[in-house]
Amino acid sequence: MSRREIPPADAAVFELAGVTRHYGESVALARIDLSIEKACTTVLIGPSGSGKSTLLRLLVRLIAPDTGTVLFENQLLTNDNAGYLRQRIGFVVQEGGLFPHLNAHDNVVLMARYLRWNTSRIAARVGELAELTHFPADGLRRFPVELSGGQRQRVSLMRALMLDPDVLLLDEPLGALDPMIRFDLQNELRDIFQGLKKTVVMVTHDLSEAGFFADTIVLLREGRIVQRGSLTELLRAPADAFVEQFIRAQRSSIV
Amino acid sequence: MSAAPTRVHAAVTLLIACTVFAAAPVRAEIRAGSKQFTESVILGEMATQLIGHTAIPVTHRAELGGTRTLWGALLAGDIDIYPEYTGTIVQEILADHSLTDANAIRAALAAHDVRMSAPLGFNNSYAVGMRRVRADQLNIRKLSDLVSHPKLHFGFSSEFMDRADGWPGLARQYGLPQTDVRGLDHDLAYRGLEAGEIDATDLYATDAEIHYYDLVVLEDDRDYFPAYDAVWLYRAGLTEQAPRSLSALRRLEGRVSQSEMTAMNARVKLDGVPAARVAADFLKREFGFEARLELPSATDDFFRYTREHLLLVLSSLSAAVLVAIPLGIVAARKPRFGQAILSITGIIQTIPALALLVFMIPLLGIGAAPAIVALFLYSLLPIVRNTYTGLRGIPPQLTESAVALGLPATSRLRLVELPLAMPTILAGIKTSAVINIGTATLGALIGAGGYGQPILTGIRLDDIGLILQGAIPAAMLALLVQGAFELGERWLAPKGLRLSASRR
Repeated sequence: MSRREIPPADAAVFELAGVTRHYGESVALARIDLSIEKACTTVLIGPSGSGKSTLLRLLVRLIAPDTGTVLFENQLLTNDNAGYLRQRIGFVVQEGGLFPHLNAHDNVVLMARYLRWNTSRIAARVGELAELTHFPADGLRRFPVELSGGQRQRVSLMRALMLDPDVLLLDEPLGALDPMIRFDLQNELRDIFQGLKKTVVMVTHDLSEAGFFADTIVLLREGRIVQRGSLTELLRAPADAFVEQFIRAQRSSIV
Repeated sequence: MSAAPTRVHAAVTLLIACTVFAAAPVRAEIRAGSKQFTESVILGEMATQLIGHTAIPVTHRAELGGTRTLWGALLAGDIDIYPEYTGTIVQEILADHSLTDANAIRAALAAHDVRMSAPLGFNNSYAVGMRRVRADQLNIRKLSDLVSHPKLHFGFSSEFMDRADGWPGLARQYGLPQTDVRGLDHDLAYRGLEAGEIDATDLYATDAEIHYYDLVVLEDDRDYFPAYDAVWLYRAGLTEQAPRSLSALRRLEGRVSQSEMTAMNARVKLDGVPAARVAADFLKREFGFEARLELPSATDDFFRYTREHLLLVLSSLSAAVLVAIPLGIVAARKPRFGQAILSITGIIQTIPALALLVFMIPLLGIGAAPAIVALFLYSLLPIVRNTYTGLRGIPPQLTESAVALGLPATSRLRLVELPLAMPTILAGIKTSAVINIGTATLGALIGAGGYGQPILTGIRLDDIGLILQGAIPAAMLALLVQGAFELGERWLAPKGLRLSASRR
């Protein structure tokens, strides 16, 4: 896929400056500066422990930075405004994170009900999303335990999109699926992202998946950004020996 | 039991406000009390019938427990009068060995606003008894003879084991070397003697069993046991409040001989005649009046016990649920504070039930209120712990998903976390309920009634049938509640979680 034109700087949705985060003694992120562009798909990649999931969680303030700042649409993310701003950010975790005590429908509409949307608005939105994600209407009454892994991810995506957020964050959304389902869902997800024109930030450890989705790949190692660019740029001009090694390890799956 | 609702109300007030206060209720009714043994119950009945004969309203709070309970209830104004023994007053209540004559005792009691009548006539001293066969075999006649038989097994009533004028003093006075000395219920001790499991036990000089079991009372050849003259102890206020009832009571002074008391004890204990009947017969013979006797039927008793038991269990358990779930939530949210909450509720659980009940008396008097508070405290731990465990056991990615959706903390708790923890919380409430039903039988010891009442009376009278009248309904109730909870879980626990559990 061809990389879109670099948008002007004020189009950055997230702006991270000097962000550091520790877990006890170990450093998860060390002085990260990063801007994430509007309406693009950014993929965070790196070996386990590189800080990619930590970085994603900072964007919804599931964790707070020890030092440094995270701006969301030019607004400083704090504990006070995080609750409100989270409603404009959809979040999908690896296993879907669906609430087992609620059926698929109730999982999807939980926030809309909390915000007191009326029933016809909720029904219309659920209909749209089921169509978008190719989720069968009769599956909405099922509980998460009664759904397949792929169906659970579709429900999780519907839940994240319910309030029509500006941003979609996904933490290894396809990681737990078997290869065939994963392949189908990859194609569907890319179509959805391109159709919605939302800002997407996705975490994966799979370089081919990153190349498949990303406008921009951000490669992390030990809490630092090693290289930022398109897949082609990474392949053509690896920033250092580690990038070269990382690419070589996954080469067979890319070509 | 007419004042039970106000007592319960007092308990609830205490639970909610966590403020401890006990006001003596204003009432015209006189309350007689008695301890947890036959003679005390007969004397308590006599007091009740003597006062009742003067047409003053009176109730008998029978079988309230030991000296501490009765004395505490008298000081708190929960009872107005009860039968006591001079030896117990000196050694146990006042714990002042210098009090040798009645006037000195009266002066010391006056400091507590308590008065003492003249002796009723008999001296129910402590004594030590052995089976005649065994005593003959070892040639033991006097307490000092025990010194040369260090291998003997002793079984003493729990009160005798602990009190200053009981076993510790006896062992010191006579230099007794025995080491196998167990504390057990007075009535069970007789059976231990008969079975040969123990060789000697403490007795009261008027015990019906002395003849029945063919026991030898060992001579107190070094004058260890003080006199235990039966007397009335009553609140000083009674002299102005109800002078007529007081003079009615004092008619009994000097009228009950040791042999008469022993015979009455035997009628109740060995012949199974109700204590009220035996007391009435004595009063009729002695004073020629017919006491009003209303002996309730077994069915009446059963419904009353059930009502009382349910009151204890339901009020203490619902209060515990209301307090323990929020405590469990706080514990799960604030780890350090949580450890403190879990430790404190855990420590409460280790306090013996009987001790906790007795602690409550100075604060809440006797009856349902202190029992409810004690049961409430016991019910906390399983619910707090399970709420804590249930909330902490929620997979982190579910909590993360709820936060990321933008739900604020309180809604997260209501919509996600509590429903997920619900099966565990319900299991905790079930555990509390079942423990509560069993422990509530001890409430009878401090006048709360319930299924414990027939159990206590049954132990006192050595009547297995009566014990079962309390034990079987208590066990049935526990099973019933357990079953009800299992049904309740079907609709209280979220359906999705039940599906998950069945697929695991």
